[in-house]
Amino acid sequence: MITRRLLEAPDGRGWIFLGLLAAAAIVVPCLNILVPPDSPFHVTTTTVALWGKYLCFALLALSLDLVWGYCGILSLGHGAFFALGGYAMGMYLMRQIGTRGSYAHPVLPDFMMFLNWKELPWYWYGFDHFPYAALMIVLVPGALAFVFGWFAFRSRVTGVYLSIITQALTFALMLGFFRNDFGFGGNNGLTDFYDLLGFSVRAPETRAVLFSLSAIALGLGYLIAQAVVRSKAGKVLIAIRDAESRTRFLGYRVENYKTYVFTLSACMAGVAGALYVPQVGIINPSEFAPANSIEMVIWVAVGGRGTLIGAALGAVIVNYLKTIFTIGMLAPYWLFVLGAIFVLVTIFLPRGVLGLLKWGQTPRHQRGGEGNSAEARGLTPSGGVTPSPQGEARRLAQPAE
Amino acid sequence: MAANPVVDKPRDITQSLLYLDGVTVSFDGFRALNNLALDISHGEMRAIIGPNGAGKTTMMDVITGKTRPDAGEVLFDNGNVDLTAQDEAAIAQLGIGRKFQKPTVFENHTVEDNVLLALEGDRTVRRNLLWRPNGDAHRIGAILETIGLEAHRDRQAGALSHGQKQWLEIGMLIAQNPKLLLVDEPVAGMTDSETRTTAELLKDIAKSHTVIVVEHDMEFVRMLGVKVTVLHEGSVLAEGSIDEVSANERVVEVYLGR
Repeated sequence: MITRRLLEAPDGRGWIFLGLLAAAAIVVPCLNILVPPDSPFHVTTTTVALWGKYLCFALLALSLDLVWGYCGILSLGHGAFFALGGYAMGMYLMRQIGTRGSYAHPVLPDFMMFLNWKELPWYWYGFDHFPYAALMIVLVPGALAFVFGWFAFRSRVTGVYLSIITQALTFALMLGFFRNDFGFGGNNGLTDFYDLLGFSVRAPETRAVLFSLSAIALGLGYLIAQAVVRSKAGKVLIAIRDAESRTRFLGYRVENYKTYVFTLSACMAGVAGALYVPQVGIINPSEFAPANSIEMVIWVAVGGRGTLIGAALGAVIVNYLKTIFTIGMLAPYWLFVLGAIFVLVTIFLPRGVLGLLKWGQTPRHQRGGEGNSAEARGLTPSGGVTPSPQGEARRLAQPAE
Repeated sequence: MAANPVVDKPRDITQSLLYLDGVTVSFDGFRALNNLALDISHGEMRAIIGPNGAGKTTMMDVITGKTRPDAGEVLFDNGNVDLTAQDEAAIAQLGIGRKFQKPTVFENHTVEDNVLLALEGDRTVRRNLLWRPNGDAHRIGAILETIGLEAHRDRQAGALSHGQKQWLEIGMLIAQNPKLLLVDEPVAGMTDSETRTTAELLKDIAKSHTVIVVEHDMEFVRMLGVKVTVLHEGSVLAEGSIDEVSANERVVEVYLGR
């Protein structure tokens, strides 16, 4: 029944998106492995790993869009859930190193030997088993989001205040993970991985499979998120976003809906982080950096908030630009470029790149055009509802305040 | 009212649907409600009038759980439920629906979805995730017909005119099928003909529901033809038919005479 629900959710645009992902998941690994390196169609392993990373970011952006675009929860700490998923995967990969580490200890990772630790801390138990690690990848970010959401949403913390405490959450975690005695490798983090389920994480074949898995995870994440936003509960989420107290007066427990969607989103972010780590080969506390989490918001804004696909697209576009602009002489200017993109999108593309692609440029003065029902319907073919541009601009401006 | 005997259980106090006694609310020293008493029977329709700042909206806030009173009793359903101990969502689920002074509809949702969200039913996350549109469309259609918005079913609610939004909100109230409807200024900003239509609509609703209407518009209150409570400075100034209260000297002094 759940499968049927998921498959009912996407609209035409959604199926195109899923089709592209499926094609990429099959074609890219083939072009990498089966096509000889001197062929013009060959895709290098570096490119595969790079785009695999983009897909993980796309899933992360999708999870952020689910809470921000549909429920109005502007999380400036989503990097924390991503990093926690990544650490859970990293811990598994560390346990797989075994005697191949510099200290050749069968159980303790190198950094613990270096710190003269005699035994494995209790929270590292079980991470040598993949199923346990896989469970933790979803469970740890989910549990943190649930507890955080439970307190924050029940206390009716909203708007800028909520954004600030999510930021504080990821900052606090960053400080914690930087400490050596926290037991996660301090500022070096976890790295020098060898095997994932018996396959070498450095082998091109593994990289190719990880790319495909990232594409599949993004597709699944999209299906789940789309099923949620298309359900009646999704309509309630939008109602909460637009008129929270009104929703309460209709008898909906707003805090439950928020906690639910926030937790689901954190689980998705955790999966994205877990797929990211073996592809980049390292996880360290800088992933918790507040600036990272703010950048994620920009991805979503650039792509088109409240569209899911747009968020994924935005993540890929911004990170692709980042790859270009952080190489060579342009490197010092990346943050200016990022800032400029954010400002320009906020002013000229309140519906993000997706709005531009699908319906041509919407002139600014047409903002009052919400009143036109034909336009309104045209703008919301996914059943997802596009927030008004004015509100959009206002919300976008929030992190800058 | 002031000399209520002390009783063990709240249920012994009243057989009314809604019972307020000694309700006081202060904001920074300003008494928005001052020892307010109100008694609404099952099936009754009551109009509440009063000048600006008389405490009408604060009274609604207290009944719906938005504001906690500093003192006093707010009892619902024959005195069985103490509303001051409940939050907004719980009170809504108990069967108290509210239409706001400023029309508050979900602007990004279609008219149909607005009614759907209000429709009586399970409010839990799980049930709404698994929700299937069985039979709802029919009920929604009937409600839209009542409020005259069936032609606008697929329009975004934000695109409706002010009057249409007011009606949509009334439709949402009907969809909730509450035991008690609180209707705050339903005809504010409406044309005369819209006002008449709204009066008919409310009288129709009142046949099967208990309704409290807060309104400024005396003509409209006259159209409703029900018992009127006049609030002034957070307390009840007078109660009776519209003609009686209109003839009351103090009412004329504080309200009509101005």
